[in-house]
Amino acid sequence: MSATTRDQRREPEAGGDSFRRLDAEAVRRDFPIFAARSEDGRPLTFLDTGASAQKPQVVIDRESFCYSRSYANAYRGVYQLGAEVDDAIERTRESVRSLLNAASQEEIIFTAGTTASINLVAQGWGRKFLKPGDEILLSVLEHHANIVPWQMAAQATGAVIKWIPLTPDGRLDLSTLDQLLTRRTKIVAVTGMSNVLGTIPPVAELARAAHAVGAKILVDGAQSVPHAPVDVRADDIDFLTFSGHKLYGPTGVGVLYAKAELLDAMDPMFGGGHMIATVSTKSSTWATAPAKFEAGTLPIAQIIALEPAIEYVRSLGWDAIHSHEVELLGQTHERLSAIDGLRILGPAPQHKGAIVSFVMDGISAQDVAVLLDVRGVCVRHGHHCTMPLHEWLDVPASVRASFGVYNTLDDVERLAKGLESVRKRLSR
Amino acid sequence: MPALDMTLDELLEEFEHLPDWADRCDFLIDLGMELPKLDASEKVEANRVVGCQSSVWMVADEDRDGAEPRLNIRAESDSMFVSGLIAILLLLFDGKTPGEILESDPDALFERLDLQRHLSSQRRNGLKGMVLRIRSLAARAAMRTM
Repeated sequence: MSATTRDQRREPEAGGDSFRRLDAEAVRRDFPIFAARSEDGRPLTFLDTGASAQKPQVVIDRESFCYSRSYANAYRGVYQLGAEVDDAIERTRESVRSLLNAASQEEIIFTAGTTASINLVAQGWGRKFLKPGDEILLSVLEHHANIVPWQMAAQATGAVIKWIPLTPDGRLDLSTLDQLLTRRTKIVAVTGMSNVLGTIPPVAELARAAHAVGAKILVDGAQSVPHAPVDVRADDIDFLTFSGHKLYGPTGVGVLYAKAELLDAMDPMFGGGHMIATVSTKSSTWATAPAKFEAGTLPIAQIIALEPAIEYVRSLGWDAIHSHEVELLGQTHERLSAIDGLRILGPAPQHKGAIVSFVMDGISAQDVAVLLDVRGVCVRHGHHCTMPLHEWLDVPASVRASFGVYNTLDDVERLAKGLESVRKRLSR
Repeated sequence: MPALDMTLDELLEEFEHLPDWADRCDFLIDLGMELPKLDASEKVEANRVVGCQSSVWMVADEDRDGAEPRLNIRAESDSMFVSGLIAILLLLFDGKTPGEILESDPDALFERLDLQRHLSSQRRNGLKGMVLRIRSLAARAAMRTM
């Protein structure tokens, strides 16, 4: 079952647990930073996984093992060390292919991250195929990474950008989708989960609607991939992007998934070594995907250490993770709603993933974050790289708590108590 | 007229004696809550100093009455914490001559208070922009008197 086919989370099967429940305390112990940065009476309450996730020991160990025991450049040496590295990279590539249920490993491109991946599509596909008057359909929920590259592509090609509006509670308003999608629409680029409101758009439905008018669909999976299973074939996704560092993996590595025929048709963005077939003084020819889009030296140790991150999450089990997050989300909504002057932004828990953004009447988001930090509670404040969304919300800034597998109900309690004390401290 | 009823040295003395970040944070927030507010009519786009983490508005005018011109600066943020940092900057800049402003070193001051990360251009809370705007006003005022 793929999260991209629904915007309603299902509950575990009735009649008892059909999966092993997530033991949050045990998971927390797998992540060394919590012991390292917690003090007596002041545990680290990390609620900014949406910005970047903490790393389990297995990921840290693999990256370290690579550098200390099994490292060389990739695809270049025939010696033993080189072969080990090549194999390890391809193991991660297969792990990603399996995670997304892609048809082949050649459809998995390693990039520097989600932002790099979307830029690659906007340039390599967008600049090549968009014509003046063509339409790019985005949503008001989008992160700047899924807006700015399209604005650049539109500027360069004469294409225009249109926007899917939102319902009052921050879900996509699809009532006018038939008018928004036209024969001129060439791509629909939408988030798999809003990094601010937690909203989960109905991606499979959008894919069908896009294809019906001959448009492609790109899913920004930066927030969604770490929280629920994905099936790019079942949902018929053309492009999907995500970042390793939000999936409890290393920074500096991300993924672009794209259908083979699209990768074949697209232009590469970076030219250089490894992405070529032949180079002469007159001209060069390119390699096939994935090499075509992996110029230069890859972030080798980071790609290799992404595999244990994926396997760690899969070993916890998507059902267990989902059930855990539903519990955290429900408790957070309940506790925060009871705080005087606090308004949670976005839809009700059943329509969203484990992200809670809010504003407090008469209190700036920065002050909330500063005062929570003193208590060891890490949240993010600002516009979270979503200025159009914050304009729609009509707030200058919001506070965001975002959850990961290592968060516990105690974290929720510490957040709530912290906010109650902020309210008291800054009441006018 | 300075916004705060203490000298810079007095502030430094008090701040540096606070044992930990929680106390210093508390101190800054208290300072911020005491900072005189701008008039609602002054909190317009023209007076806004751009920063995405919190809003800062600043009004500055020249007082030409004395022997030397001085800059009167008033500023406010919607964040009490940032307002506390503004109070410190105003101790450095408010009511000073252009020469005094251009010679003063807010970065060194903030470093001494271990608050330098709040003044960095990466931080985007408007403070860096405020310092730059004050300096450029002082530079222009200085040129006019030459």
